[in-house]
Amino acid sequence: MGRDLVHLSDEALLSLVAGSDDAALAELYDRFGGVAYGVALRILRDEALAQDAVQEAFLAVWRTADRFLAERARASTWILTLVHRRAVDLVRREESRRVEPLERAPEPPAPESVDEEATSRFQRRIVQEALRRLPPEQRQALELGYYGGLTQSQLAEQLGQPLGTIKSRMFSGLTRLRDLLAQAGLEESIPS
Amino acid sequence: MADDTHSLVAPYALDALDEQEERAFEQHLALCERCREDLAGLREAAAMLAYGAGRATPPPELKERILDQARAERANVVSIRRRRSWTIPLGAAAAVAACAAVVVGIWAATLQNSSDPLEKVLSQPGARLISMGRAGGVAVAPSGDAALAVALPQAPAGKTYEAWVIRSGRAARAGLFPGTAATSVVEIARPVPPGSVVAVTLERAGGVTQPTSKPLAQSKAT
Repeated sequence: MGRDLVHLSDEALLSLVAGSDDAALAELYDRFGGVAYGVALRILRDEALAQDAVQEAFLAVWRTADRFLAERARASTWILTLVHRRAVDLVRREESRRVEPLERAPEPPAPESVDEEATSRFQRRIVQEALRRLPPEQRQALELGYYGGLTQSQLAEQLGQPLGTIKSRMFSGLTRLRDLLAQAGLEESIPS
Repeated sequence: MADDTHSLVAPYALDALDEQEERAFEQHLALCERCREDLAGLREAAAMLAYGAGRATPPPELKERILDQARAERANVVSIRRRRSWTIPLGAAAAVAACAAVVVGIWAATLQNSSDPLEKVLSQPGARLISMGRAGGVAVAPSGDAALAVALPQAPAGKTYEAWVIRSGRAARAGLFPGTAATSVVEIARPVPPGSVVAVTLERAGGVTQPTSKPLAQSKAT
């Protein structure tokens, strides 16, 4: 193809995607498809639904890449935010159809269902370690919210806590998580 | 109420709001600089949680499905883009991309309407599009003709948005507009000379002679 997209930053690839460059979209998929599918599986616990979430998210990347520069974010943050949002939308839609609620326990998928290279195992461990260091109630709010797809009101109800408490646990938890991850140098270790 | 809305920033970063709360927060976000700043940091932390789930290998056909659909959609997009001559050198400025979303939306909506003020400016040779951050952008032609394209919700009762052309620290009135759920396209009522800044403030109905509040949107120097 004559161009070496592998050496471009995520942000540079996104600006090519904004110009309808499908090879740049393919390269972004190669970089983030695995993380995207991993988190979608964790949220949806269903391969077909997880694939739908990833597909919709990457098509949203394709359609709206030109909006990205207006966001004050790294490209990886933006892409993973889109993936998470699609997965959460799907899980809520599914939930409303089911008689039995999905099991809420935010257990990670069994190791054999996850195919990881060393770097990705390392990233995963750092994030899990940072989560482990949060006060348990903050960790719980983040896990049930982010991996469980619960809204703040569902969480308040499930935990029997006032809404204000849930909001402040989410705020403190995310703020602290960000500091812990920065200390661990995770930002540098994630290719972006 | 405003404080209460502000406290939604972390649940929003985690996608833990229901649809109604999410809409309310997004409206607030458009007007609240502090929330946008908080959100940027919290979103980044939230996105890191994705790595905590561990990577999984999707089936190879997923990539093909995505790329096939993307290519199919591109065919449509290109045909719309070709209908207009886009005179701005696309690679020239990040600012172009920053407001491209807003502008392309308006552009599509006004294809039939050549009296559109934005189109009038952009059709002039050498016209440039200057970012106003998240709110949108301003198009400026070398003649000094300019038009705003900004996403600002309808102004509260008794208030109006007022545009300003600011040069050497002096603000000159440049027009009033009410705001809308969609994007407002507004002709700037005075020439915009090089090196000036275009800004928008929220003022009392009828407008004022000097800005009395912090700009909700502000361009880089033209």
